[in-house]
Amino acid sequence: MNALELSGVQTRIGRYDVLHDISFSVPEGGVFVLLGRNGAGKTTTLRSIMGLRAPHAGSVRFRGEEIAGLHPSVIARRGVAFVPEDMGIFRSLTVAENMTLATLRGRFDGARLEWIHSLFPALKTFWNSTAGGLSGGQKQMLAVARAIIEPRALIMIDEPTKGLAPAIVDAMAEAFREIARDTTILLVEQNFEFARSLGRDMGVIEDGRIVHTGTMAAFAEDRALQTRLLSLSV
Amino acid sequence: MTKLGPGGWSVRLIVLAIGVALLLAPFLFPGVRPIQVAARICVFIVLVASYDLLIGYTGVVSFAHTMFFGLGAYGTAIALSQSDASWGALLIGGALGVLAALVLAVLIGLLSLRVRAIFFAMVTLAVASVALVLASQLSGLTGGEDGLTYSTPDLFSPATPLWHDAAGKTARLFGVRMDGQILAYYLVFFCALLLYLLLLRVTVSPLGTVLKAIRENEARAEALGYRVVAYRTFVFGFTAVMAALAGVLYAIWLQYTGPDTTLSFEIMVDILLMVVIGGMGTMWGAVIGAAALVMAQYYLRDVMQAAAGATAGLPLLPALLNPDRWLLWLGIAFILLVYFFPAGIAGTLTRREARK
Amino acid sequence: MNQLSATMTRLGGVNLLPLIVALVALALIGAPSIWITLTVAGLAMGMMLFLMASGLSLVFGLMDVLNFGHSAFASLGAFVAATVLAHMSGWLGADSWVLNLGALAIAIAAAVGAGLIGGFLFETVIIRPVYRDHLRQILITMGALIVSEQLIIVVWGGSPLPVARPKILQGAFIWGDVSIENYRIFAVVLGVMVYAGLYVLLNRTRVGLLIRAGVENREMVEALGFRIGRLFIGVFMLGSALAAMGGAMWAGYQQLISPDMGAKMMIVVFIVVIIGGLGSIEGTLLGALLVGLIDNYVGFLLPKAALASNMVLMMVILMWRPNGLRPAAK
Repeated sequence: MNALELSGVQTRIGRYDVLHDISFSVPEGGVFVLLGRNGAGKTTTLRSIMGLRAPHAGSVRFRGEEIAGLHPSVIARRGVAFVPEDMGIFRSLTVAENMTLATLRGRFDGARLEWIHSLFPALKTFWNSTAGGLSGGQKQMLAVARAIIEPRALIMIDEPTKGLAPAIVDAMAEAFREIARDTTILLVEQNFEFARSLGRDMGVIEDGRIVHTGTMAAFAEDRALQTRLLSLSV
Repeated sequence: MTKLGPGGWSVRLIVLAIGVALLLAPFLFPGVRPIQVAARICVFIVLVASYDLLIGYTGVVSFAHTMFFGLGAYGTAIALSQSDASWGALLIGGALGVLAALVLAVLIGLLSLRVRAIFFAMVTLAVASVALVLASQLSGLTGGEDGLTYSTPDLFSPATPLWHDAAGKTARLFGVRMDGQILAYYLVFFCALLLYLLLLRVTVSPLGTVLKAIRENEARAEALGYRVVAYRTFVFGFTAVMAALAGVLYAIWLQYTGPDTTLSFEIMVDILLMVVIGGMGTMWGAVIGAAALVMAQYYLRDVMQAAAGATAGLPLLPALLNPDRWLLWLGIAFILLVYFFPAGIAGTLTRREARK
Repeated sequence: MNQLSATMTRLGGVNLLPLIVALVALALIGAPSIWITLTVAGLAMGMMLFLMASGLSLVFGLMDVLNFGHSAFASLGAFVAATVLAHMSGWLGADSWVLNLGALAIAIAAAVGAGLIGGFLFETVIIRPVYRDHLRQILITMGALIVSEQLIIVVWGGSPLPVARPKILQGAFIWGDVSIENYRIFAVVLGVMVYAGLYVLLNRTRVGLLIRAGVENREMVEALGFRIGRLFIGVFMLGSALAAMGGAMWAGYQQLISPDMGAKMMIVVFIVVIIGGLGSIEGTLLGALLVGLIDNYVGFLLPKAALASNMVLMMVILMWRPNGLRPAAK
């Protein structure tokens, strides 16, 4: 069974159609990468899945069940986590408080917390500091850590490497590989190297439509396709 | 036709009919009360149209419009009551009142139009309420709660004939006495007409276009290089001057100025209601809203009085229908209008025609 | 200058303002006994204003809704409490302080109950349809303020209503040549208790954590699995109940209330939140204390300028910090 299936999703922002026809399937497990130029509709796709911007047509099926039109909080409780592009950190709260809020009942699973601390040691160091004082990379770690503090079936991450130093990007890639062992990641990414190193399957959005889906391996080989779809000069 | 702003032909027809009715009011509806109603409508058209320029075209919510109205009226009233009923006192007092309104508006604008619109609404409400309390406390100058009663130049007195008939009495035209009151009415009417046309002209000028752009998308207008705060402050000052001029007219007409006729919170509610009934951002709506509500104020209270009398034996109903509960029904009508009829009469009619 | 401001920040920054105001007033007034009386009066007034304003500030912070009708709840609370007290004159005049305070507690509880119910109705009927539309929000809540004032006249009549005080809170507490009204002490104690309760709720509980997070970024709170709409009704009802409690206290303080109390208090409440900054209860407390203290000091020093003093204070703060002294982090 697929973790996520979108078919014919259309979404409006105000008067404008941003998504015209989004259809793709994300298989269970591993990393699925959504590529596309700026303004193609990648972020809106993630927000539509999360219910933050409800689609006005089409269907979104999560593990076989329709979730289009549900309230974001319901979708979250079904097992979807979302790390927005701006990370959505509560800056005036401490790291610990940010993490507590990400649990549904306010209690941590000790073993899982330890695992997260091992993935992102900085979070342990700054556990009781205000999140607004963290560096960009540490904030991104906190945002990802919030998404995995309890087991979720699908984690959607919007451009996690934007503006991060190369060393932190490597650490992030390592963490994602670890996370993807027992959960599905839907990743929106501009950094093609990063995306290629992680992705198993992928899709390309252009002007609110899915114009290509396939395996990352095949896409990485096909330079002509890359140039046509992404104008990449890799 | 499109040069005169939005509005279908039916809206224009209604506005034209109201204009003609006001022009001929002394002859069409003789008597003391109708001319009072007509003069009040004229003054409120200016007041409401200037408020529409602010709220409807610029998207700025201010609760200080009555304060500016009051400054114009009090300036005139204080000058006329402190000195003789001369033209000089009238002009100087009126000019000082208008100037005070302008200075105060620019000050408030520069101080608080920088922050969010909702903050501005709070600040203006606070300032206006202080002005109201000051007017009732500085009784040496303003007459306090009782207000000021004064004489205007003799030319406007009902005892002054404009010309004499063969018998040497005040002349009559179509049975209406040609006295100073008629002259005062036409002064109010033509001044109001002039100010209204000026406001209408502003909305179709390039300035009006900029204002709409700012209302629709402040950030974008700023990015395009428009200095949003400067524009807003300018409009706030301009509409304050318009309101103050309306106040001068009202002070001349009534020969009385007090908190209840110019500064009170109820007048502010009236203005809001007129703008919403007529239709925000249309300018035509100001005429329709002012005419409709002023008529209702003068004549609906009688209906309520009768209804309260008729239901005298029933519980609660007479209390609700008491003419003093006028504001209750106005408030409810206001809420329902904003919910279900936010485009007002002018906006709704125009939209309906556009759909055909 | 930089060093000075750094020292100020370390000592508490803008939180020191009420203290500075109090010290300046002491220098101007001279007589410590009068100063103590005025300071307690200012603190009492500030605490009641805090009760009336805190809900407005929290609701704005959480939902970006500014309720121009908020002070209608203060008015409602005042009239409900006055009615209950009028029916309990036996307890109020009794020689037992238990009965005295019991009557007051029942009156305040009735006001709080009315605030909760009123808040629920107000949120669902008036506010819900105009979320995110500031212009219509201002107009509709303003209309609601007028309607509620008129309804109070329909129910309680238009003439001012006298409010009874419990026997134990009548009179003053004399210490040397310092005299402090008992009721003011009670107002300060109750205000401090409510502030402490709110502080614990916001900073030590999970609901408080959700509220603080929601003030910052409500969308993310929803994406983490929480219904912020329900939280909002709760906060709105809490804010209305606090305003009703403040109104009940104010009624006992003034001992005479009239239906236009709502509109009058609205102005002061607005000045408080403009000064304090919207969205945080710390800012609201700061603004309320400043307004209360300055009102009393200026009322003694320059009686004619008392009204304008709050306006001048507001203008000065707006020039210095356009968003108020301590707005919520956004």
